[in-house]
Amino acid sequence: MSEAVIHDHDSHDDHHDHKPTGIGRWLFSTNHKDIGTMYLVFALIMFFIGGAMAMVIRLELFQPGMQYVDPQFFNSMTTVHALVMIFGALMPAGVGLANWMIPIMIGAPDMAMPRMNNMSFWILPFAFTLLLSTFFMAGGAPAGGWTMYPPLVLQLDHGFPFLIFAVHFLGISSIMGAINIIATVFNMRAPGMTFMRLPLFVWTWIITAFLLIASMPVLAGAVTMLLTDKYFGTAFFNAAGGGDPVMFQHVFWFFGHPEVYILVLPSFGVISQIIPTFSRKPLFGYASMVYATASIAFLSFFVWAHHMFTVGMPLTGELFFMYATMSIAVPTGVKIFNWMATMWKGAMTFETPMLFAIGVLFMFSIGGFSGLMMGITPVDFQYHDTYFIVAHFHYVIVPGIIFGIIGGVYFWLPKWTGHMYDETLGKWHFWLSTISVNILFFPMHFVGLAGMPRRIPDYNVQFTDWNQIISLGGFAFGLSQLIFVWVIIKCVRGGEKATDQVWEGAHGLEWTLPSPPPFHSFTTPPQVTDATAHS
Amino acid sequence: MQAATRTAKKLTLVAIAMFGFGYALVPLYDVFCDITGINGKTGEISQAEADSATVDTNRLITVEFDTNVNSALPWKFIAAEYKMKVHPGEVAEAVFIAENQSDTAIAGRAVPSVAPAKASLFFNKTECFCFTRQVLEPGERKEMVVRFVVDSDLPEKISTMTLSYTFFDALDGEEETVTANTIGANNSKG
Repeated sequence: MSEAVIHDHDSHDDHHDHKPTGIGRWLFSTNHKDIGTMYLVFALIMFFIGGAMAMVIRLELFQPGMQYVDPQFFNSMTTVHALVMIFGALMPAGVGLANWMIPIMIGAPDMAMPRMNNMSFWILPFAFTLLLSTFFMAGGAPAGGWTMYPPLVLQLDHGFPFLIFAVHFLGISSIMGAINIIATVFNMRAPGMTFMRLPLFVWTWIITAFLLIASMPVLAGAVTMLLTDKYFGTAFFNAAGGGDPVMFQHVFWFFGHPEVYILVLPSFGVISQIIPTFSRKPLFGYASMVYATASIAFLSFFVWAHHMFTVGMPLTGELFFMYATMSIAVPTGVKIFNWMATMWKGAMTFETPMLFAIGVLFMFSIGGFSGLMMGITPVDFQYHDTYFIVAHFHYVIVPGIIFGIIGGVYFWLPKWTGHMYDETLGKWHFWLSTISVNILFFPMHFVGLAGMPRRIPDYNVQFTDWNQIISLGGFAFGLSQLIFVWVIIKCVRGGEKATDQVWEGAHGLEWTLPSPPPFHSFTTPPQVTDATAHS
Repeated sequence: MQAATRTAKKLTLVAIAMFGFGYALVPLYDVFCDITGINGKTGEISQAEADSATVDTNRLITVEFDTNVNSALPWKFIAAEYKMKVHPGEVAEAVFIAENQSDTAIAGRAVPSVAPAKASLFFNKTECFCFTRQVLEPGERKEMVVRFVVDSDLPEKISTMTLSYTFFDALDGEEETVTANTIGANNSKG
């Protein structure tokens, strides 16, 4: 399917201007639009691979007792599902949107480091080949959870170094991508495109890029310590050698919490573009949006231990991390209210991108509220490692982040392809996804509160009814995503011709280019004024 | 393009520095635990200091002992007495017994922990078998001593504290202190 997408894209872009042909166009590409497309297609493929693993998990959990897979494989499914979705689907999708949109949003001819851009993409398929090849190795794929806690992760057999090096490669890829984005925005803005005139999507990506540069190397360090612990005789995490396994959790979550915002901020950026467009009003509180995003990013480095309240921290530590966690709700609340104020008294229409953006607003907030619940230390002891936490982070990730990315794809698809997508199918996709995602994740709160532990292939029979509902929701959600693929393929192949502006309420440099934009755009930088700046 | 390259170089340096910071977290973590007395980091004082401490005969503190053996180590490890009562400031001695139940010589290392965590900074050891590796010959049974003083400044509301030890396999090696090498071999075995 992905092949079809690539080739069709190729064929109808041909007459615009000169570009390389054949497979070389993609392998050696230094064009931000092509690399953006490759990132997005790669992310979509990984979304379905990770999704297939989720389907295995839900199939096994349809009934209590062991049905289809053995426990070790089930554990591999939960572990690799997470790794594939986070590092293979969400992050590359975000980088793909950044690659496509940032240069044409700031009036730059391309990314600052086009060759590095090519490399950061092409590392990904190799990294995932390493990771997914572990399924065929002695000892199987990683099964100790995506957080790779020692000593459990050290029991992984031949797959262990593959896991570690895959994480290294993914880290290098995303750090290079982040450096590229910052270098581009800092140095290649069109005349008049001041920082406070940047579209909010660009702002969220600058901040995300700084988070990546600050946190991914720490993860690289942590997994390197795991590697040397296993093979080179160090004892960072081994009590017998004076190390401490709990320290891994601290180092990991020092990366892990900023990572949460690395995933979500680009999605916030996307909906900050969509909501003003379909409300036909400028974004409410632009400056406060920028500062709120920066505050969220800054605070994200001081809350990591809320992932590990139950390890036996001193009371002072638990209180500090509880208050720090709660304080993140303030800038997040600013953003949510700004989006609502943007819609207030706007001339709203509800095309598919807007539906997804509003979906994010509603359902991300549900995930945000359950997050606040778990941020309260004493009650977290009940929620820890149950399906409640699974419900929480899936609410922020699936309808929070993935809906944002999907909304962005619908929003910019006419710009990318030059054709309008099928609005009816888009609406079907939205409503089926929204209904099924709630059937899938909402009951997880209930079984979690009732005590069903996460990452276990079997459960007490009392949880059967809810789990069957959850599984049905899961299958429905998985199938609904096929509509998305259909819409994309249909849109790439043809459809109603899109105008340059595409959406009536759209403002910004990207909408001044033809749809699809020429292979090389803004070779002479445009002059930006207040009138032509962000929507 | 020059300016962009400069930005990229600076950011690369930041990324490398953050990789280093990941490693710097390891000693920082130890320092933090030492200061706060968490994670088994008890106080340590010299014999002379312990002898000169004033004994507070008005208070009696119950010290409980808990012993564990890591599943990879074929040892038996018990406390001679599981509970004792001491006055703050008084030098007390607890005896632990370890027995190697295998037919090979094995080095073990005991990792301590004190509960409640608040009490750990007031629990001062002058001598402990946990300071060094312990090597037991096949079938050998060894009595090991912990000499400690409970600080008179121990908060009033703490009347009981628990000292827990877990013995881990430190594997063979001649050195007196455990080096990293012995641990890696242990891991690859499991």
